Amino acid sequence: MSADATNYYDRKGILGALGRDGLLQVILIANTILMLAPIVIMVFSAFKTTPQIFQSPFGIPDFTQVQNFVKIWNETNFLRYLLNSFVVTAASMVLILTLGTMAAYALGRYAFSGASFILMFFIAGLTLPLKLAIIPLFMLMRDLSILNNQLSLIFVYTAMGLPSTIFIMTGFIRTLPNELEDAARMDGASEARIMWSIMLPLVRPAMVIAGIQNVVPIWNDFFFPLVFIQNDNLKTLPQGLTTFMGEYTTDWGVLFSGLTLSAAPIIIIYIVLSRQFIAGMTSGAIK
Amino acid sequence: MPQFRMTGRGLWITVLIVPPLAFVALFIVYPIISAFAYAFFDWQGLKRLDFVGLENFHTVLFVEPYRSWTINAFKNNIIVFFALMVLQNGLGFILAYALWRELPGARFHRIAVFLPVVLSTIIVAYLFKLFYHPLFGVVNVTLKNIGLDWLAQPWLGQSSTALGSIIVAQAWHMVGFPTLVFLAGMQRIPSEILDAVRMETESEWVKITKVVWPLVAPSATIVFTLLFVGAFNWFELPYIMGGLDGSPFGSTDVLGLYFYRTAFGNVSSGQQDFGLGSALAVLIFIFIAVIAAVITTRLRAREIQL
Repeated sequence: MSADATNYYDRKGILGALGRDGLLQVILIANTILMLAPIVIMVFSAFKTTPQIFQSPFGIPDFTQVQNFVKIWNETNFLRYLLNSFVVTAASMVLILTLGTMAAYALGRYAFSGASFILMFFIAGLTLPLKLAIIPLFMLMRDLSILNNQLSLIFVYTAMGLPSTIFIMTGFIRTLPNELEDAARMDGASEARIMWSIMLPLVRPAMVIAGIQNVVPIWNDFFFPLVFIQNDNLKTLPQGLTTFMGEYTTDWGVLFSGLTLSAAPIIIIYIVLSRQFIAGMTSGAIK
Repeated sequence: MPQFRMTGRGLWITVLIVPPLAFVALFIVYPIISAFAYAFFDWQGLKRLDFVGLENFHTVLFVEPYRSWTINAFKNNIIVFFALMVLQNGLGFILAYALWRELPGARFHRIAVFLPVVLSTIIVAYLFKLFYHPLFGVVNVTLKNIGLDWLAQPWLGQSSTALGSIIVAQAWHMVGFPTLVFLAGMQRIPSEILDAVRMETESEWVKITKVVWPLVAPSATIVFTLLFVGAFNWFELPYIMGGLDGSPFGSTDVLGLYFYRTAFGNVSSGQQDFGLGSALAVLIFIFIAVIAAVITTRLRAREIQL
């Protein structure tokens, strides 16, 4: 290859790279604007009166105008919904992580007959779309007399969260070294004590991943409350939002502030913990 | 003495494994098996009547008006799947490729593209419903401001645009997911391979189609399968934006809505039929399971092990 040719290729490479990177940067910036604009408009509109929203939907509002939020605070069940979502999500997460760790520990740490079958059984639950079993679930909740009771949600979410949690944590627990455990066993520590004081502190990273993967869908779920919960005082946030949006159809300022308030907790946590969120929520899809 | 220790450990394993097993058995496996059984019975409200064999399946597939409802909803699901394949997965691949180059600001762009994914679907649905409002929604206001008045229309109010508008909202909501899965796939491509490619060709197109695309095949398999399952389970967005009846005129009706409406009734008719609903659930379930298995095995076959 002659020097000229090399030079030519080099030059074209640099120009090409600049043009290509420029195009990619434009795509990214345009996309980011598209992603953020709806959220920015939502937050801005939350501080406007309805006529202001109609007149200048993109204008920057006076952020000291909080009458929409005051209205939500005073006139709606919003706080109740928020509290309910918090209770249901927290209870489900405690159950998922406790039961999930128990099963994963047994499957990952002990060799016993049937272990691989049990793991298969759990993993099968990962792929089944439970929405389609809503009729039998409804009947089951009725038979357990927990329809219109948040226990119904907590139980379903726990069962739904267990397969992915067990899958993630069994894989992780298997990779932990045996030495610590064996040493403790020599010293006569009980199996429960070994699990609690020696192994559990080591599995925390896997718990975080499994926790985030489950907490977002549970916090956001709408379908199961729609079927199981009728009583307004028991509704979770996404479900309560439908009641709320139906009541204030013409008051756009209040509608946007309701949406903003509902979105705020998860957006704030996401911004703080974006790395963990992205890792957790895509962990099921990345080998 | 060893014998005693073994039983002790066996008991300990049982204590650990039985509670989680019971949850999954009672709230996942048992309902799914029951869903199959329910479909073979006649139901009146919450009461199970006679065994009717395949009659419920026959009704939803061949008896009017169920037949046209089933076909219409199924057809819409297919449209949703292919549209999202382009808007969500296609765009996701391009965005992943752009993010992969680690240009200035890549970290910020990555956080921004995933932000809508963490929002509740219900928030997204209401937000876009307000945006699509014929008079005051930002979509039409923007079109009028830039002189495209003729393009402004009642997006959710007419059959020709309603489903498409909801699909766009869905793509906005979820495009970050395939983007970051593809990105993770690209980041796993060994740099030696990329260096070797750089020696061979300078064409970006060849690089993408012949190297990057085949090497992110495992990501593609997962993203395609998840989109397929998601598209045929689609419920929340059409429920809020189109309504339980898939208005206007069934143009936004999908299998998820149709199944829910058949099982639990809607406001206007108040009818509920667990038998027909279960038959629909079983058909959707089998369809999803078979096609998802085919997609997965076909796509797995083209994956390259590094």
